[in-house]
Amino acid sequence: MKNIFELEHVSKQFKNDGRECWALRDISLSIQEGEIFGIIGMSGAGKSTLVRTLNRLEEVSKGTVKFCGKDLSDLAPRELRKVRHSISMIFQSFNLLQQRTVIQNVEQPLCIAGVSKSERKRTARKMLEIVDLSDKENIYPTRLSGGQRQRVAIARALASNPKVLLCDEATSALDPKITGEILDLLKKINQEQKLTIVIITHEMAVVEKICDRVAIIDHGHLAEIGEVKEVFRSPKSKAAKKLVFPGNPFDPSRPNKKLIRIVFDGLAASEPFIANLVETTGKKVNILSANTKSVGGIGYGQMILELPELEEEQHIIVDYFSQSGLSISEVRKE
Amino acid sequence: MSTYIIKAIQKGVLETLEMTIISSIIAYVIGLPVGVLLYVTWKGRILENRFVNIIIGAVINILRSLPFLILLVLLIPFTRWVTGSSIGTLASVVPLTVGTIPIVARMVESSLCEVQPGIIEAATSMGASPLYTILHFILPEATPSLLQGGAINMATVLGYSAMAGVIGGGGLGAIALQYGYYRYQKDVLWTAVALLILMVMVIQEAGEHIAKKNRKS
Repeated sequence: MKNIFELEHVSKQFKNDGRECWALRDISLSIQEGEIFGIIGMSGAGKSTLVRTLNRLEEVSKGTVKFCGKDLSDLAPRELRKVRHSISMIFQSFNLLQQRTVIQNVEQPLCIAGVSKSERKRTARKMLEIVDLSDKENIYPTRLSGGQRQRVAIARALASNPKVLLCDEATSALDPKITGEILDLLKKINQEQKLTIVIITHEMAVVEKICDRVAIIDHGHLAEIGEVKEVFRSPKSKAAKKLVFPGNPFDPSRPNKKLIRIVFDGLAASEPFIANLVETTGKKVNILSANTKSVGGIGYGQMILELPELEEEQHIIVDYFSQSGLSISEVRKE
Repeated sequence: MSTYIIKAIQKGVLETLEMTIISSIIAYVIGLPVGVLLYVTWKGRILENRFVNIIIGAVINILRSLPFLILLVLLIPFTRWVTGSSIGTLASVVPLTVGTIPIVARMVESSLCEVQPGIIEAATSMGASPLYTILHFILPEATPSLLQGGAINMATVLGYSAMAGVIGGGGLGAIALQYGYYRYQKDVLWTAVALLILMVMVIQEAGEHIAKKNRKS
């Protein structure tokens, strides 16, 4: 597959009151045509800065960002503006013009590109149809709900027929149900129009729902990159583990008891292995927390178990789980 | 009140309106671009330019710190050069305009500051040029606030126009001064004052009304 973005050793430095700070450090990655690529990290990890280097809203301090093989920093202002027609962006705060109607907002990128009035109207109506807001074209954005506003922003982003859609925390201001609807819409657009989508988020739920690949950014570094399924199955970096596994709020109820986390995917998720454990070994465990979710159609789950006090019993249980192919790690209260 | 005074007051009202409207229009023709320039050249904005920003800012601050009455006197040679005379209604338009431009520029700048930075970022990400961003994103978004500022500015010009009476300008201010102050005709003084208050109120209310009608948020 063709790479649409190629980042090589990208670093970004900010100067604040004479103090230097590196928002991005030596990030190299590529984004393929047609995929939904997630960039996830805690607040302040540098992910928003990273996405802004993709359309040169931020200049890089070191390294290169290539879009379709062209180095963005080589472009003159006029060329850059032209390239930006094919890199659309949506934002957490929607950024719609409040003093313009919905359809006028959607027409904006076409106005900039110099498209004729009748052609603009036609395209804008088609875009509003895609986001299912045809009946709202003459309404002002303040009269719309958050989800509807973001759909207008998506229609506006699609109007210029871009190659890529950058989403900067596009669902972070929305409630979970509306987030789901927006993500479904993005997935649909990705599949029907073969549009590459880059999603910045701090919510793992967003990544697991629609992303194909994910990059985890931690303190400006690229901590991990890979297929979402892979990262979920066996997160390697500390930052990835922190995002994939929810924190453990429990202490063992007695000092000698031990807490373990078991992780299971695919087939294992459909096995009643706790019941099997009790049946085969006769040992009991206490389930402190558990969750299972579907990532790319594969069942994936994790559980925190409290093991009994006797060390040999603990051994038997751990052995049983590892023989059944589950991955196990000891956990502490976090 | 005798008929000739009533006639004088009628003429004064027209002259005051004439001065206010002409000066406001010219002040906006010049002050609006200056205000925009002041806004866009600020640190981190789309046409950041420290040098231009500091120069314009300094000129505006100097002009604004001069009391209008002093400016009126200082500008007499300039006024004479522009209009050929330093007295009369037309002549008063010159200092009124010069005195209002910096106020308009600052008012415009503060109105533009209310525009969400995200909207400008969105424009940039769509590939809009700085000029396009100013004309189609920043100014339309700031329009309600600009209209409100416009009403305040016009009321200020009206107040200044009364001062122009001191150096021989026309209008209600001159009438209040000549008949009311120098000749102790209290009734003329109060009539002129009442009319000025009424005009300020009408301008302010009309401005608020138009701004409100324009505000979609």
